[in-house]
Parts: sequence; structure tokens; C-alpha cells
Amino acid sequence: MTSLASLAADLLAGRVRVIDLTQTLSPDFPTIVLPPEFGQCAPFRMETISRYDERGPGWYWNNITVGEHTGTHFDAPVHWVTGRDLPNNTTDTLAVQNLVAPACVIDCSGEAANNGDYLLTVPVIEAWEARHGKIPAGNWVLFRTDWSKRSGAAYANVLADGAHTPGPDAAAVQFLVDRGALGFGVETIGTDAGQAHLMNPMYPAHTLMHGAGRWGLQCLCNLDQLPATGALIIAPPLKILGGSGSPLRVLALVAA
Amino acid sequence: MRLAPPGPRDPLKLAAAPLMPPGGRSREAIGLAAAAARGRFMLQVCGECELVQYPPRAVCGGCLGVGLRWREVPAGGALLARTIIRISVDPYFRTLTPWSIGTVQLDCGPQVVAHLHGDVAGRVRMTLKLDKAGQGVMLALPEQDTPDMHDDPAWRALTADPRGRRVLVTDGRTALGQAMARGMLAAGARAVFVGIAEPWRPFDGAGLRMAGIEAVALDVTDQDSVHRMAASLGGRVEICVNTALHLRPAGVLALDLGEARAAMEVNYLGALRLAQALGPAMRGRAADGEYAAVAWVNLISAHALAAPGGFGGAAAAQAAALALAQSLRPALRPLRVVNALIGPIDDEWHQALPPPKLAPAAIAAAVVRALCDGVEDLAVGDIAQDILARWADNPAILVRDVPG
Repeated sequence: MTSLASLAADLLAGRVRVIDLTQTLSPDFPTIVLPPEFGQCAPFRMETISRYDERGPGWYWNNITVGEHTGTHFDAPVHWVTGRDLPNNTTDTLAVQNLVAPACVIDCSGEAANNGDYLLTVPVIEAWEARHGKIPAGNWVLFRTDWSKRSGAAYANVLADGAHTPGPDAAAVQFLVDRGALGFGVETIGTDAGQAHLMNPMYPAHTLMHGAGRWGLQCLCNLDQLPATGALIIAPPLKILGGSGSPLRVLALVAA
Repeated sequence: MRLAPPGPRDPLKLAAAPLMPPGGRSREAIGLAAAAARGRFMLQVCGECELVQYPPRAVCGGCLGVGLRWREVPAGGALLARTIIRISVDPYFRTLTPWSIGTVQLDCGPQVVAHLHGDVAGRVRMTLKLDKAGQGVMLALPEQDTPDMHDDPAWRALTADPRGRRVLVTDGRTALGQAMARGMLAAGARAVFVGIAEPWRPFDGAGLRMAGIEAVALDVTDQDSVHRMAASLGGRVEICVNTALHLRPAGVLALDLGEARAAMEVNYLGALRLAQALGPAMRGRAADGEYAAVAWVNLISAHALAAPGGFGGAAAAQAAALALAQSLRPALRPLRVVNALIGPIDDEWHQALPPPKLAPAAIAAAVVRALCDGVEDLAVGDIAQDILARWADNPAILVRDVPG
């Protein structure tokens, strides 16, 4: 039996569980807040085409509008100016071989759950590696903060000086790039910390990850159901021509 | 006679149907409605012999001249006879009897039949008001104000006073929405609700709460949010003031398409969603007691009529909003649809614009005044008034030479 056949058998038998890491796309899910003079990401909107009524007596369907970076979404390298000239940097040209990939989950929920300014640093990653081994190249690195257990205003956590949500500092991002991480995934609205505009470089997760051709996943949930290592992430964005990202369903396969 | 404050409604009693008085008029007579909508006392005057005409007609009753022009005329008059109608065959007036009408000798010439305010005797002040069918009718008021004169049933049937009513202000995040909410409260509204979109964004509602204003979740760009609001408030709002506006200066060629779409989403589609979701529920309660649902207020930039270059891109959504607002009138009667044209607001989006700019409180005060007086068409501030006057005079010249 091939390993793929045994995986199929494990899935059917429930020895491998499928975890949904996706937030529900709904009109009131927070979107990224930029200063009003910048272009804005459209929130999710849904209008009924027909619902078993005179517009279509036997069927129900909707038209939806959404930004590329609304809800649980994927960031392609072209999203950031540092990744603009890389090959295969858009949603339609990404290497599909990597859209199914293993993940390392760094659990900082104890520190970050009540600290919107918590930063993931190199010592924290090194401590994780001391317990679980060196982060292998080609892995997603998922930053568990339990932030997804918040909702509404507490989730967005926007104060007078902007959002206060956890994220990595610049050195930590560079460390992960050097390890060959496939990308960086978070539970918050951005891969960067809410106050990352004050860092140097600004927005290091975007600047350094995308500059190195790596990917981002945002607004994940259920990271608390993943093991530190061994989960397999399925995260293919919509194949949008020249797209910078897309909302998507993110699934994790874990051993039961 | 002082009107009792709103009391509990008998839940087992069938609500009075939203009936309307007879609405058929000749095209000439619609001039009365146009004048009434603006709160002006106008009649046709013959351009040749200066005879003031009533009722409206196609040719002069004195000289058969055809040059009849609508002009503001002196509003004084004397009551000649009073009739109290106790029985009517008209379903609408049957709900209002006893009802006073009278014959009035106008100082400007004609004798007219008018609705009478209860305190009228001898000399009168004539007004043109819009009835529930949206037609212009005459209401004779006492020459001098009398105590509690706005509690008179004839006055109340022909106006939309916020006092004792519950008001929805659809966007409470802006200075305009907050000024409107406070203005309605100051005018005696029994309750004021303000819509708050995207409740996850910071909003300091402490000041509004202290004033007794209640925040409700409402995002006019979200169909589901509008329906949830209507389900909650449709049975307990008597005046809706749509302050959800996306008004930002923008020319045509440099206009960002996302910005253009956002303006259309809020100003046109947002107003449409609101009207479809909340309009029928309010209309159904348009005769439900002394404090029945009474008015729908649209705020529209005067640039809907014609816009200078710097506003050309933003004007299309305003023109769409104006077209919708005009169509809402026949759709929502007997509710009164108030369309207020406004100039640029003194807000953060118009920082670079020189004065005159409109203070939000001035817009709120103008809307309250319009509701109290039964006015449906108004222009607030110098710029809107100038554009409207020049549009009425010669739109072809205006669009080639828009001020601002």
C-alpha cells in the first residue's frame, strides 16, 4: 500500500482527523483597518440571487463580494512591494506542490492571550526548537495566540493608536526565513503585529517573508487543536489571475 | 387643547389602516403641492392682468390670458364661514371627523375653501401644506400664535413633528448623525436610535448614551444587517433620518473605482436597502394613533443637480440617491418623504474646501424645522440654496457654471 492509500484509509477510519482552521465568512467579521485616506479592503457581503422564490422557484444562491484579504485568507508574495518581482508570486502561479505542507505550531497562547502587544522573538522560537527540534524547511510556521477565541471589538482590538494584536518581531521573521519556512500563519487579522508600523523594517512579516517569496495565512482558528509538529496543512487560495491573495478554507490533517 | 403624551397601545386592537385623502389633481393644481413642499404660499398670477387665480387653471379667469405664473402671494385673509364636517363618505376623512373647513377671503383676491386650525377666528394666516396623499391643501391658521397650537389635529395631520415620536438616525458614527440624534431629542423625540456600522471598530458612545440615545447595529451596505435592524425597529420607529452618507470630494478622471463603488453602495444602494426593509413596516403604521409613523428623511448633496469639477466623480451617486428619494414619495405615502439638499459638510473630508461649509447641527436644525412645518423639499445652507435656485432658473446654464 502506498502512503497515500494508507492516508486515505486512515481518513476513512478516523485515524486521521480533519480540523477546520477557517473563520466563517460573514459580513460582520472585522477587516484590516487602514487610515481612511488609503484604499480599503472590502468586507464580505452577500446578496441573494434567488431563494425558492419568483427569482428562481427551485433553487437558492447568492452573489458575494469580498476583498482578496477578507476573512481567513492567504497572502501571496506579490502582496508586498518586496515580493513584487519574484517568480511565481501570484495566486495563479504559486507552486501547487507546496499548497499541502506540514506545519510547526508555536504555542504562545499563555503569553499572548491577554497581551495585544506580545511579540514572538528568536529566544521563544529557539526554546520551541529545543523541545520539538529544528524547524524543517518547507513547513508552515503557525503562531498560536488563541486570539481567534476573541470576537468583535476584542478581536480587532483597535485603540486610539491603532490595532494592538500579537505578531513577530523582525529578528524572529528573519530567523524563520533562514530556516526555510514555507510561510507564517496567524490567528489575527495580519501576519504582522498590530503595531508593526513602528518596527524596523516596518511590517517585518510582510516585508521579509514576502521578500523571500514566502507566504502568509491570516485569521486562522482552532490552532489549539494542532500538535506542535506533525499536522498537514491544506491551504490552496483561489486561482485568481494576478491575485495578491484570497479568502480560502484552511484544513489541517492530524493524527487522531 | 394639549395633546396627551404617547401612551401604551392596545395590542388587541386592529391598527388604523394607512388611508389617504383623495389624491387626484389636475396638472395645474400640482403647483400647489410644489409650493407646499417648500413651505411657501404661492398661487398662479396672470402675467397680463395680475389677477391672482384659485383654483389653479390653464387660462386666466379674468382676461383669458395664458401666461399664468406661480408666485408667492400675501398670506393674509379673513374667515367668512366655518363648516364642521361630522359625517363623510370618504374613508380617510371619516377617521378625522369632526373636521373643520371654512371659506376664507384672501387679501390677494380669491375666496378659497381651506382646512381650519381649531383656534381660527376672524383674521387668518393662510398656509399651503401637503396632505397625506402628497397634494397641496390650504390650512388657515390663527393670525397670531396660540398656546399649544401645534397640538391641533389639523396641524398634526399636515406636519410631522418629532415630539413624542421615536426616531432612527441611520449612521451615528459621524458628527452629522450625532448632531441629528441630539437635534431630534431636543425637539422632543420620545426615543432616538442611532445606527452603528462595524461595531468592532472603536466607538465612544458614552456621550450619546448619557443623552439617552440608543446605539443599534446597522450597516446600510449589508443587506442582512439592514433586515435585522428593520425586524427590531420596524414596529417602533416613526421617523427615519438617513444620515448614512458617503460624501467625499472627487473629480471624475482621478476617481478611484473602489471609492466610486463605495459611494454608490452607501448613498444609493444603502438607501434602497433601508427603504425596502423598513419602509413598508413604517408605512403600515402611518395611521397608528396620534403619534403614528410619519416621515422618511433623505439627505442628498446639492451636487446631485450639478457639480463643480472637484465633485464631479462623487456626484453620480448623489444623483442616483436623488432619483431614489423622488421615487420613494409615491411609494411610501402616506409617509412624508423629506428630501433635504445639502452643501459640503464641515467635516474631515472637506478640510481643503473653503467656506461656506455646513455645520452638522445646522443640518439637524433645518431637518427638525422641516418636519415641524410639514416641508418636504428644502435646501440647507448657501451653496445648496444657490444651486437649487439656479437649477430652477436655468439648468442648462447651471451645469456649465457650477459654483464651488
